[in-house]
Amino acid sequence: MTNWTRTLAAGVVAFAALTGAAQAEAVKIGIAAEPYPPFASPDAAGNWVGWEVEIIGAVCEAAKLECAITPVAWDGIIPALTTKKIDAIMASMSITEERKKTIDFSDKYYNTPTSVVGAKGTKMDATPEGLKGKILGVQVSTIHADYAKKHFAGSAAEIKEYQTQDEANADLAAGRIDATQADGIALDAFLASEQGKACCELKGNVADDPAILGLGAGVGIRQGDPLKDTFNAAIKAIRDSGKYDEISKKYFNFDIYGG
Amino acid sequence: MALAATSVFDLLALSPPGWGGNLLRGLAHSLEIAAGAYALGIGIGVAGAAGQLYGGRVPRDLLEAYTTVVRAVPELVLILLLYYAGTDLLNRGLEAFGFGPADISGLAAGIVVLGIVQGAYSTEVIRGAILAIPQGQIEAARAYGMSARLLMRRVTLPAMLPYAIPGLANLWLIVTKDTALLAVVGFNELAQETRQAAGATKAYFIFFLAAGALYLMLSLVSNAAISRIEKRARRGMANPAGGPA
Amino acid sequence: MKAPEKWAGHHLAMIVIGAVIVVACATLMRWDWLADYGDEIAAGLWRTIWILAASVGLGFALAVPFGFVQVTGPAWLSWPAHGFCTLIRGTPLLIQLWLLYYGLGSLFPQFPWIRDSFLWPILRQAWPYGLLALTLSFAGYEAEVMRGAFAGVPKGQIEAARAYGMSRFTLFRRVWLPLAVHRALPTLAGETVLQLKATPLVATITVFDVFAVASKVRQDTFIVYEPLLLVAVVYMILSGLIVLAFRAFEARLPVRLG
Repeated sequence: MTNWTRTLAAGVVAFAALTGAAQAEAVKIGIAAEPYPPFASPDAAGNWVGWEVEIIGAVCEAAKLECAITPVAWDGIIPALTTKKIDAIMASMSITEERKKTIDFSDKYYNTPTSVVGAKGTKMDATPEGLKGKILGVQVSTIHADYAKKHFAGSAAEIKEYQTQDEANADLAAGRIDATQADGIALDAFLASEQGKACCELKGNVADDPAILGLGAGVGIRQGDPLKDTFNAAIKAIRDSGKYDEISKKYFNFDIYGG
Repeated sequence: MALAATSVFDLLALSPPGWGGNLLRGLAHSLEIAAGAYALGIGIGVAGAAGQLYGGRVPRDLLEAYTTVVRAVPELVLILLLYYAGTDLLNRGLEAFGFGPADISGLAAGIVVLGIVQGAYSTEVIRGAILAIPQGQIEAARAYGMSARLLMRRVTLPAMLPYAIPGLANLWLIVTKDTALLAVVGFNELAQETRQAAGATKAYFIFFLAAGALYLMLSLVSNAAISRIEKRARRGMANPAGGPA
Repeated sequence: MKAPEKWAGHHLAMIVIGAVIVVACATLMRWDWLADYGDEIAAGLWRTIWILAASVGLGFALAVPFGFVQVTGPAWLSWPAHGFCTLIRGTPLLIQLWLLYYGLGSLFPQFPWIRDSFLWPILRQAWPYGLLALTLSFAGYEAEVMRGAFAGVPKGQIEAARAYGMSRFTLFRRVWLPLAVHRALPTLAGETVLQLKATPLVATITVFDVFAVASKVRQDTFIVYEPLLLVAVVYMILSGLIVLAFRAFEARLPVRLG
């Protein structure tokens, strides 16, 4: 089928003028439409920047794919993949058994510890006893939400779920919650910001629970999609070529790939 | 993080590192979506009103169900349902006919989703307006032997316009504000751009205030335009204060 | 309002088709999550209902003075009231909510004493902001309705009351207000349904209403349509109940109140 007939056919079905059919066959990489520094955040010029954005560029280049970064609301990012709005997710999504029931993952492309950050001067640590009576904020439907519910629900006063980690951070700075649990690097970036510096400090890393915290972040793809092998090869290629380290050095002074 | 007065202007500056340009881009997207959805909604409204008034019983009942559902279910829920279900069904349909998945842009999806919501309200407004046309005008046109289509085009539609304008104007004000709901599915319209700018700079108060000011400006400009249009549309009408009953 | 039509064959056919769709939804779609989330759905539903009831009640109480001063008040009262209505009606509720919750919240660190004030247990929660925004929004829209209602009360009624020597307050309480409310009542059902449709927005500021529960189910289980369909039906039922309740209430009022 030629391109124009496909365009025509799709257009007719979908209110001709209102849709455009896939022409260049660009692979649409879904990222979360929210600031998540240092991984992916919009800058004032309207571009997405950050470590993960550069890795997306490098992976696509290695795989010889034409990629289009497509911001999607986090809470709908998996449905967006399964309904083909996007073709892959590279949004710091951790590889978990629960998600594997719905989508496939490539090999991990980074793995970082999970930390708890709390208001300065308050006594707490990242253990169930340390968070006794505290209000803990987490991002909804993340490994952190699952972990907090399993380990901290018994002792914390409340576990409050936010649509984005950014909003949890804002409420932590406002004092509405006592602590937040999230990816260690994302929280480091928050603590380095003016707002984070003023209010909060690292309270420690949580004890590992591989069943929940998973095996690092991987590229999410539709089940059975051959893109999985493409991404695996590309991730390996940029690891081997040194491109991965070259990008990572710009952002981190440690090995983000993890053990 | 006290924000000095000068930094407000820095934050809202039109060129990077200011975020004003992003907000204006978002406003432009909002306007595009609003205009498209509004036009689609009026199209659906004219067809729907015609179907309700002149159609058979089955289309009438189906239209009744459509307007009832849209008017009873929150826009937010409808947007999510139509957004996911709509593209999903479309792609399945395309697949069934042997085509690849269509690449539906956020703009098109936003227009269709909000247009379907608007259509239900437009249907009601236009139906009411057609019913408000003095019966004699339509009978007179019939007496001239006009065909149904000509009657619709030359008499019913122009005659109902003055009655429909207040309701349709209100729908325009609603659709401009409803575009903000698309932020929840991640469209980069004004509300979403604002949320991103606010999140990236942590200046939540300033940016939400700025977005509010932009929306308010849009409303005020729209209001001014609407009152001019209303004045024009009511030329030669016996009762200048008369809207749809 | 259309007169009820006679039952015809096509009605039966549509009911059959509707029933088939419902049965298909019930059997072909996934509903196993209902058991796990039943309690949360009930709690969310309750939260939706009370935030709706409270915001409509408080909003209406605000709308009466705001509408009234726009009709007869001095300029220093009528202009702010008019400005308030323009502001509320001219901006999306979503932005108002975010400004109140995240906007004000981002200013808290500059005023540490807020955290020591007796209001802090309320200020740190999310629902007061949701309730405030919804109340102001309802007041803004309803004040416009009340303005028209107050202005529309026939002059003769008010003059008659004045002729009886009623004090201004009695006149307002016994004549003007009841007549205006009676005029506004038919729109109140519609406004309340619109308010119901606005309530799910509070989910974006972490208030756990029925819509937020559905979102959580969606995110936890990756089931896309079923939770949304469920809340759609819930909102349709609530809308229907609101319309019925107002109809029953209106039926109890004497038609000619004056």
